[in-house]
Amino acid sequence: MFDRAEIVYEYDGSFEGLMCCVFESFALKEVPSAIRTPSDQQSLFDTAKWIETDINKSDRVYKSIAAKISVQAQELVTLGFWTNAPQKELLIYYFLRLGYTHGSKVMSMLTDDTVSTLQKAVRHLTSESHKFKGFVRFAVYDKVMVAVIEPKNFVLPLISDHFCDRFCNESFMIYDKTHKMALVYQGQEAKLIYVDELTLPEVDKSEVEYRRLWKQFYQTIAIEERYNPKCRMTLMPKRYWGHLTEMEEYRELHNVSEKQRNLSKHAIRSYEPQRLP
Amino acid sequence: MILSDSAKYDVACTSSGVDRRGKQGSIGSAANAGICHSFAADGRCISLLKVLMTNICIYDCKYCINRTSNDTKRTAFTPSELAELTVNFYRRNYIEGLFLSSGVIKSPNYTMEQMIKALTLLREVYHFNGYIHVKTIPGADSEFVTRLGLLADRMSVNIELPSQESLKLLAPNKTKDSILRPMGFISHKIQENGSDLVKFRHASKFVPAGQSTQLIVGATPDTDHKILILSEGLYKKYRLKRVFYSAYIPVAEHTLLPSVDTKPPLLREHRLYQADWLLRFYGFEANELLDEQTPNFNLQVDPKCNWAINHLEQFPIEINKAPYEMLLRVPGIGVTSAMRILTARRSSLIDFDGLKKMGVVLKRAQYFITCKGKVMNRLKIPSDSSLRTLMSDQPKLLTGFAEQLSFFPDPPMTREEVSQCLTEQR
Repeated sequence: MFDRAEIVYEYDGSFEGLMCCVFESFALKEVPSAIRTPSDQQSLFDTAKWIETDINKSDRVYKSIAAKISVQAQELVTLGFWTNAPQKELLIYYFLRLGYTHGSKVMSMLTDDTVSTLQKAVRHLTSESHKFKGFVRFAVYDKVMVAVIEPKNFVLPLISDHFCDRFCNESFMIYDKTHKMALVYQGQEAKLIYVDELTLPEVDKSEVEYRRLWKQFYQTIAIEERYNPKCRMTLMPKRYWGHLTEMEEYRELHNVSEKQRNLSKHAIRSYEPQRLP
Repeated sequence: MILSDSAKYDVACTSSGVDRRGKQGSIGSAANAGICHSFAADGRCISLLKVLMTNICIYDCKYCINRTSNDTKRTAFTPSELAELTVNFYRRNYIEGLFLSSGVIKSPNYTMEQMIKALTLLREVYHFNGYIHVKTIPGADSEFVTRLGLLADRMSVNIELPSQESLKLLAPNKTKDSILRPMGFISHKIQENGSDLVKFRHASKFVPAGQSTQLIVGATPDTDHKILILSEGLYKKYRLKRVFYSAYIPVAEHTLLPSVDTKPPLLREHRLYQADWLLRFYGFEANELLDEQTPNFNLQVDPKCNWAINHLEQFPIEINKAPYEMLLRVPGIGVTSAMRILTARRSSLIDFDGLKKMGVVLKRAQYFITCKGKVMNRLKIPSDSSLRTLMSDQPKLLTGFAEQLSFFPDPPMTREEVSQCLTEQR
């Protein structure tokens, strides 16, 4: 076992970089046990092999996916890279290995662990991006509109078309706090840029007024006799509430009750071990 | 806000059925799948700004909060107020569009005229290209319906009460005819428009997202069977896109209505929606689900399970061979997982582990299927009656029943007895 040290690839975190990792693995006929970026946590003893990003190599790999597997597989891999699946790089790598072996059939191998895990991760991404088509809340600053979101997956590329099309005559920015990226649309042009931190100016009177009206509408529209907070929680989990205008008051309320619940949960947990033999 | 308070009893809040790209110089688009922008405390989706033009009404429908005889504050929107609010909510991405309805002011035609004014302003002056759902006023002339339909994406005529007798009792100003006539007219117009669009590319679209309606459940003694047959007819005959069901919430005290402290029949409403889905996507017919002998749904077991238990002779089916239509009839397999089974079958045989990965609910499906000719491991096929217990949504209710079974294993209970237990009629 000692002569076969585990191979770990390190790359720059770009999609092209990952494609180069795939290239390297096939060129040298070696199987990495992990693929990571410099910012990932490292274990003490492994020594990673740095994979340089080379557009020519990545292009070859990317094109080969469509040619040797299928266009659908190419799309799945592209989307897979935007998910927050744990070790998504390795998942994509294993998927491609399977794909190069089985060809287009790989897309129908739904009972395979790798395929089903990758597809599930992509479904999570697409469903989250669909949710954000509704849950984005813009604040209007005179001519510009700004929204902040905190998604788990990198949804900006998936919602970009929708918002640029819908508000094609406006100028807006959607800031993804999780990934520190912003979608900026101005003068018919959309760009994805890195933004480390964002501080927003005070909102004006009319913005405050429309927020008030919207909150009031939200309160009014619920039918008291059908009150069902559990159902709401399922359809609109609490992690979205942070940036939803209408949930501002609920947020504080909820945090308090959550604290209490955690306390009582804790009490039960500390009690349990004593009961067990 | 009074005006959305009264509008909230309309259940339809979908923004689906039409795909429209954004336009230069306008604001807005529409997405075919529909988009929920928020969820209210009652768990319902908020997609559209749901408001009434006015809550003034000359009609006196007993179940309605805006009936003439009710003493509430009356108010109205001006067309520009309404347009301003809609566009400003829309820009902030609060909403997907507008759901406009109205009380009847002066006359049905006059009311329609007001609504047309508001929508014209919104579409032409504010260049609003988003989704609009509009409720037509019963009794208005077809000319107004046509004009309104060219401005809206979806139109609805609410039936509210599932039978002529119920209407006569509770909504004396409405008749079956006054509801069905505009419905038929809209359906006819949509078809006519469809052929126009083939002939002239620039023909304007008449309610491109189709029409829908709403039925109140539980205000009158109409049975589930009657309601479901009605829905089936509406889907087939009038090509409705959706029928919505609304559990009756008492808003008025009246001798003809259930008392004010009646709880809304939410579970019954839920079962009706499940059945509605079975009609639209699963290839079921109303008469397969219910009949004269059992005119109402079993509240403990969902309609599909109920059907499967009553047709055990058709099961188990082999996952690797069964046609799509039959896969759909297995409890625990939905449209998505049935499609996935078809896909996966192309590359290899499927086993139970594979089914799990594809999202099939084995807890339900296991009793009705085999994989590669085998039933699931360690599964004893239970008798007809205990199966019903296992498939029930509320197993807690049934613990007493299980004990009873072990006490008297022979003779087993009959199907009738079990369902009596389940519905707590003993």
